Amino acid sequence: MIGWSGWGLAFRFIVFPGFLFTVVIGLVLTWVDRFVSARVQWRKGPKFYQPFADLVKLFTKQTMVPKGSSKTVFLIAPVIGLTAMCIISVLLFYVNFNPHGSFVGDLIVLVYLFSLPPLGTIIGASASRNPLSAVGASREMTLYFGYELPFLLALVVPVIKSGGAIRLGSLVMAQQAGGPFLYSVSGVIAALIVLASIQAKLGYVPFDIADADQEIMTGVYAEYSGASLIMFRLTKAMMLFLLPLFLITVFWGGFANWWAIPKFLLILLLIILIKNTNPRFQIDQALRFFWFGLGGLGVLAVILAFLNL
Amino acid sequence: MNKLGRWGLKRSPWVYHIAAASCNNCDIEILELFTPRYDVERFGIVLVGSPRHADVLLVTGVLNRKNLPRVLEVYEQTPKPCAVVGIGTCVCNNHIFRNSYNVVGPYDKYLPMHAYVPGCPPKPEAMIAGILKALGKL
Ligand code: SF4
Repeated sequence: MIGWSGWGLAFRFIVFPGFLFTVVIGLVLTWVDRFVSARVQWRKGPKFYQPFADLVKLFTKQTMVPKGSSKTVFLIAPVIGLTAMCIISVLLFYVNFNPHGSFVGDLIVLVYLFSLPPLGTIIGASASRNPLSAVGASREMTLYFGYELPFLLALVVPVIKSGGAIRLGSLVMAQQAGGPFLYSVSGVIAALIVLASIQAKLGYVPFDIADADQEIMTGVYAEYSGASLIMFRLTKAMMLFLLPLFLITVFWGGFANWWAIPKFLLILLLIILIKNTNPRFQIDQALRFFWFGLGGLGVLAVILAFLNL
Repeated sequence: MNKLGRWGLKRSPWVYHIAAASCNNCDIEILELFTPRYDVERFGIVLVGSPRHADVLLVTGVLNRKNLPRVLEVYEQTPKPCAVVGIGTCVCNNHIFRNSYNVVGPYDKYLPMHAYVPGCPPKPEAMIAGILKALGKL
């Protein structure tokens, strides 16, 4: 980005707010998720260091490549999502703390980057030559086409409300001037749609169709072990941190102030509670839900936004 | 394995459950581990769906001619280091099936066993102890 030297850029990508920072926070959040889930189910739940122990353990394990798979693609696929998440974290933090910086169209870049992790899992699962992974990959693809439509429709709402800005910095500034977009009818509808899409992007319960444990043996991840499994888990952990931040940036006035922390925790709690109180959709039900249910709501939200509601 | 790795392995054993022709009683008793009453996620024990993610294989039932190659294949699919824990008397000594025409077991002829949990079926507490003992031997 503008004016960063090589070392500054490397530091931002690898340490703060890129890889290391996001990973540590993301792992803590996965613990919060597991702990709250356990409490909802009247269990005691794991200790706070559990995600880190999982990580250390997976590092000591062998990384296996299934016979007959295409080795390079199989091993590279997990890196795609991880890299995308590092870039997203740098972009989001930069935009929130320097709303005047950044570039035109970064909202669109972000939307594309958020669609890279499912792409990575689809590629990896297809390369693994496992029939269950193949089923998982096809489900992931269908689900992706499902949630992307309402997600994009919902993101049109803030763009309309800010007078046609597709720069995240302008969205944040418009909200600082005229109040968060969330505090309006169309804003609430759009934010709820984005919340449902977040649930699907994370692969959390009503939409954990692609990596269903009980049906297809963790589907897309079935053949991954050791270090390559770590990368998928880290990507998920980072998404658990970055997706709610994205929601706050676009709808709830940015996160460059202390109020962002309770907002973030509220969104996280909502995600966890939705996860724990719903049964899994079938893939066709999920598609219908996203296209005809949330898609219709999305159109309504866009119309309401045009009417300034 | 270094100290840190051993710590990780002991704090987060993911188990995969191989039901090799058991009478299903041991299997149900294994599922008991994950209910709120025993809640082994406290110790980081998680039931995983794929042997590629597993650190501990819980085997139940007797080995016979049909399932021997399958059990061996699942063992080969598991990334090492992994521990194998036998659940139930069937695994220890073929139990009441020892005179059957197709039984080829016991397991230690074919697999490196790390711990046995006798009982028909064993108690969940005994299984937790068995899993932790097996990890100590890795
Ligand atoms: S040990 Fe007993 S309960 Fe377990 S599988 Fe054998 S017969 Fe069934």
